Amino acid sequence: MAARGRGAGVALGAVEATEAVSPPVATVHEPGEPTTPRVRSEFLYFALRNWKFVLGAAVVLSCLALALVGPLLTDHTPLEFTGPTDQPPSSEYWFGTTSFGQDVYAQFVYGLRAAFLVGALGGGIAWLLGAAIGFTAGYRGGWIDDVLNMLTNVVLVIPTLAILIIVAAYLEVQSYSTEAVIIGLTSWPWAARAVRSQTFSLKTREFVEVARLSGRNTRQIIATELAPNMSSYLLMMFILLFGGAILIGASLDFLGLGPSASISLGLMMNNAFLASALLLGSWWWFLPPGLGIVAIVGGLYVMNVGLDEVFNPKLREL
Amino acid sequence: MLRYLSRKVLIYLLTFWVAVTVDWAIPRFMPGDPIEGLLSRMHAQPSSEAALSGYYTNAFGFDVPLWKQYLNFWAALFHGDLGRSIQNFPTSVTELIMSALPYTLALLVPAILLSFWAGNKVGAMAARRKVLDNTVLPAGYVLTATPQMWLGIVLAWLFASTWAIFPVSGAYGLDVQPAWSLEFVLSFLYHWILPFSALFLVAFGGWAIGMRNLIIYELESDYSNYLAALGAPTKLVRKYAYRNALLPQVTGLALALGAVVAGAIVVEIVFSYPGLGTLTLSAIQNRDYFLIQGIFLFLITGVLIANFLIDIAYVVIDPRTRVGMQGGS
Repeated sequence: MAARGRGAGVALGAVEATEAVSPPVATVHEPGEPTTPRVRSEFLYFALRNWKFVLGAAVVLSCLALALVGPLLTDHTPLEFTGPTDQPPSSEYWFGTTSFGQDVYAQFVYGLRAAFLVGALGGGIAWLLGAAIGFTAGYRGGWIDDVLNMLTNVVLVIPTLAILIIVAAYLEVQSYSTEAVIIGLTSWPWAARAVRSQTFSLKTREFVEVARLSGRNTRQIIATELAPNMSSYLLMMFILLFGGAILIGASLDFLGLGPSASISLGLMMNNAFLASALLLGSWWWFLPPGLGIVAIVGGLYVMNVGLDEVFNPKLREL
Repeated sequence: MLRYLSRKVLIYLLTFWVAVTVDWAIPRFMPGDPIEGLLSRMHAQPSSEAALSGYYTNAFGFDVPLWKQYLNFWAALFHGDLGRSIQNFPTSVTELIMSALPYTLALLVPAILLSFWAGNKVGAMAARRKVLDNTVLPAGYVLTATPQMWLGIVLAWLFASTWAIFPVSGAYGLDVQPAWSLEFVLSFLYHWILPFSALFLVAFGGWAIGMRNLIIYELESDYSNYLAALGAPTKLVRKYAYRNALLPQVTGLALALGAVVAGAIVVEIVFSYPGLGTLTLSAIQNRDYFLIQGIFLFLITGVLIANFLIDIAYVVIDPRTRVGMQGGS
């Protein structure tokens, strides 16, 4: 799967391509083959030698570390109007202050926390929904597939941000968890479609037939036969959904539809924009939030390409 | 071919029905009394609250049974009646949206088409070419991970605020009136470049990376190896690879529409561009609920129509769909 997940769905095109012209990305392990120690060490061997994976993971992990540790390093809180107004970065205020006298560094590190929360929770919910619906539709087939596929197609066509705007306008969003849940509930369709088509190609394999003959039920077959065989695929799907959720969340916050009582990277941009930071030239206010998002999401995407090469030997650089 | 298209149209009609139903249901089934919620968030004067409450009950049609409310909603929709805006009171929502729509389309359509074209070309050139690949790939990932509004802010800061090459806001200068005159068109283009670039660059990154990866898949496949073994020039092999790789990209185009529309909304806000995005923001800020609902329906209808056009394009470029649908079994 190529990493192009600009929020909902862009990754799907490549997924279909791999289906049409080359064998599925998910490597199929023969039944009985020991999948544990050898494969895992092989994965680590290739992963740590892939500069894209290492670079992406390093960037994402340093952002995560900054989000966790950053707030402990400063005495300032993100929302207090205590400092001098509109100061460029200094030793007291590392990233400068806003025109309301808030500390930009404190806003930035708390905003990173919110971004990771929205990404993990929103991406996680979308991932669970996408996998559950995709596996069920692909494995069961018949009318269940028809209904689920119809549902997927309908949610897929509706622009996520449009539905989020109308939901968030009526339902006052109080916390980032609420925002993440709303994002998760609307951004799963491309994942469901990708899992469904992978399941289709796996379910006629002999080892699945054998499992079925041995009397295992659908849930067990999905959990023990299908999912492990596309674990690489599922992992990359989660990474793309994670990044997509962060981007959608930032747009919502920028529109002023997120929680207004706390701080996020999107809300920082919203505040800076509304306070004409652009015209005042307060670059220290509006540059960090965007750079933070680019670092996290870009890092995730690059890590994803690296993983793609690790799992799919055909793509490794020669 | 007809079966293929009619199946698609069925899904689009169903989607439209779901969208309208959601649009109808959200104010009615959200927890709490919608009118009370609206009024408390509008911070209206107590004296005007009773009048507003009466207005809303009437406007939503809350005084009749639910099933009748639903039918009334559809009936009004077919008459093009989406209610009246609150911020610009007597003006109808349809009228407001219609005056904003051309500006949004003028940003969106060129941004979608040009980024698709340029991204695919550059991505195809970069695949399996060391130097170009090592520049296009990182640039593409940074661009595709960039929030459009932030890129817009940075462009406005650099090119409008710091260097003052381009105007920072609006769709045309204050000295011209919208008309088909040369002055207006030039002024329009001058204001259009920055918001267009913000949308274009982000989408461009996505297409370039996608095409680069797809071309690599294609060049690995048997027909490419076979062509190369026959001694075909690299140029020809890459040409075939490109044509095959374009099909999933067209599918991707349909799926990317939602993201581009979302991008246009936030970019317009950055540049105070008088399209649907700026209208959305003012509707949100003024709690103009009918306007928000109307914009929602318009966006979805637009995306559905665009999806249908892409389906037709797909039939044109992929002969297999044509043959398969003519019953060539």
